[in-house]
Amino acid sequence: MGYLQGFAVTFRKLWEKRVTVPYPENKRVKPARLHGRHVLNRYEDGMEKCIGCELCAGVCPANCIYVRGADNPEDNPVSPGERYGFIYEINYLRCIHCDLCVEACPTQAITETKLFEFSFTNREDAVYTKDELVVDETTGLPQHLPWEDWRPGEDLQTSAWMRATSPNGSSEYVGKVAWDSELGYGIRAPEDNKIEDGE
Amino acid sequence: MILGADPLLSGNVDLTAVLIVLMKVGIAFAFLLVAVMLMIWFERKLISDMQNRIGPSVAGPWGILQTLADGIKLFFKEDLIPNRSDRFVFKLAPYLSLVPAFLVFAIVPIGGDFRDGKEGIVTWFGRETLVQVADPPIGILFFLAMSSIAVYGVMLAGWSSGSKYPLLGAVRSSAQMISYEAALGLSIATVFLMSGTLSTNGIVADQSTWNWNLVTTGVVPFIIFVIAGTAELNRPPFDLVEAEQELVGGFHTEYSALRFALFFLAEFMNVITMSAIAVTLFLGGPNGPILIESVSWIWPPFWFFLKVGMFLFVFVWLRATLPRLRYDQLMDLGWKVLIPASLGWFLLIAALNIANDRQWQSWIVIMVGLLGMSVGALALMASIRKAKSQRASQEFEEAT
Repeated sequence: MGYLQGFAVTFRKLWEKRVTVPYPENKRVKPARLHGRHVLNRYEDGMEKCIGCELCAGVCPANCIYVRGADNPEDNPVSPGERYGFIYEINYLRCIHCDLCVEACPTQAITETKLFEFSFTNREDAVYTKDELVVDETTGLPQHLPWEDWRPGEDLQTSAWMRATSPNGSSEYVGKVAWDSELGYGIRAPEDNKIEDGE
Repeated sequence: MILGADPLLSGNVDLTAVLIVLMKVGIAFAFLLVAVMLMIWFERKLISDMQNRIGPSVAGPWGILQTLADGIKLFFKEDLIPNRSDRFVFKLAPYLSLVPAFLVFAIVPIGGDFRDGKEGIVTWFGRETLVQVADPPIGILFFLAMSSIAVYGVMLAGWSSGSKYPLLGAVRSSAQMISYEAALGLSIATVFLMSGTLSTNGIVADQSTWNWNLVTTGVVPFIIFVIAGTAELNRPPFDLVEAEQELVGGFHTEYSALRFALFFLAEFMNVITMSAIAVTLFLGGPNGPILIESVSWIWPPFWFFLKVGMFLFVFVWLRATLPRLRYDQLMDLGWKVLIPASLGWFLLIAALNIANDRQWQSWIVIMVGLLGMSVGALALMASIRKAKSQRASQEFEEAT
């Protein structure tokens, strides 16, 4: 009775567990390497990592990053070294979250969080300014902007890409810590078993 | 008299009688609207359960008010009328499919005491009456007539839209609904033979002693009725009328807002009335055991709604399980399987009835009947094969 087997299948499904998650109330755990919105990181002493080199803007395939560098004020430097990011803007109506800016960044200043659930009510909100992108001065956590929907805990592990792969992409660096410390976290342990075969 | 055997209207008709009739109409109307609301919710919920989803869950507890929310949304939407449409017919068509859906329910007995030959008569406000809006002597023929008018609703909606997909849907629907109505009517005819009446009240009263027509007509007409009924309702797996992948929305592609809602309402109302008719014809209507004598009035409606609910479940189950038929398969099933089968079964039941009257041996009649049916089936199959091969050779000649 091949005709009736289909009915048995659909009837059995009545008692099975539901796949759907009632979304805004419950959220699934997001993958560690999810590409969400960016943050501008700080060193552990609170200095900004961005040096205003514009490499991220140069590499961006969507042309959504606008950076202007400026010389550090000598009496009150923003970042260690000569220059700092004076203006830093990312247009999230254009960003495709390819992570190329993160790979291009020489100081690991820009990384991507797992946050992506925004609802802007105007276009100006879609352009994140430096003030909105830079992490909190003491905790190193991204700022919770009014149009963003995320719960406590979803903002952790903001520099997912750097911990997921070795910085220069070479397998020789697997298991080795080859990046700077992060504000609020220090130098994190390398992720295990993320790249399984060396080559 | 068209209102028929209702004892309420057989004596002098005074104000009380008129008020009782109006009350019955009002209750039937309100019941249908609420039932449609719940049916749409039930279908969405059940089909999502069968697909491991959750379904509507936000509006009201378990999303039970989802239909209401949709209805309100559709009410406030812009009502578009296409430029090339026939405006009058375009506006008329939704009502042509909605009104018959309402009217059919008038002849369905939803309660009443049918024990000991009481024929479902109850006493309301000191008047004897039936628990159905009307009991015309033509009974089920009224149902067939109304379902034919519903075809006009679909057909005219598609035609008057002045657009190609609705037109295709409408042409399909008229062909489908007309051809399946033949099988539907023939399967109902066996019920007439067994019950000896067209009146729905009479048919239900005839099944009051557990001798449901499902058994007395030998199950086959019931199966044919359910299949043909599903096709008549344009429900999956026979929803070629609005086959989304081929025809966008079929006949109601160009409809929006309230007019679309009316089609939707009519469609689901037809599902409910078709289930009610099937229960009336084959499953004894409101007949069932009276479990607690002190509230004996509650049991007939309870059994009736339980049986209708079972049908609704089956309709949703069919939709969740079966893929849509191809159009030629649909026509094959209708003309080459269902109509001959229901016709053969009708003749067999008729022969058995005659055998009963003349005291012939019923098993001989059954054997002869089945033999005749199989000969007929073989002849039909042979002719279909012959026609196919002829057509194939013709095509071959034309091609070469």
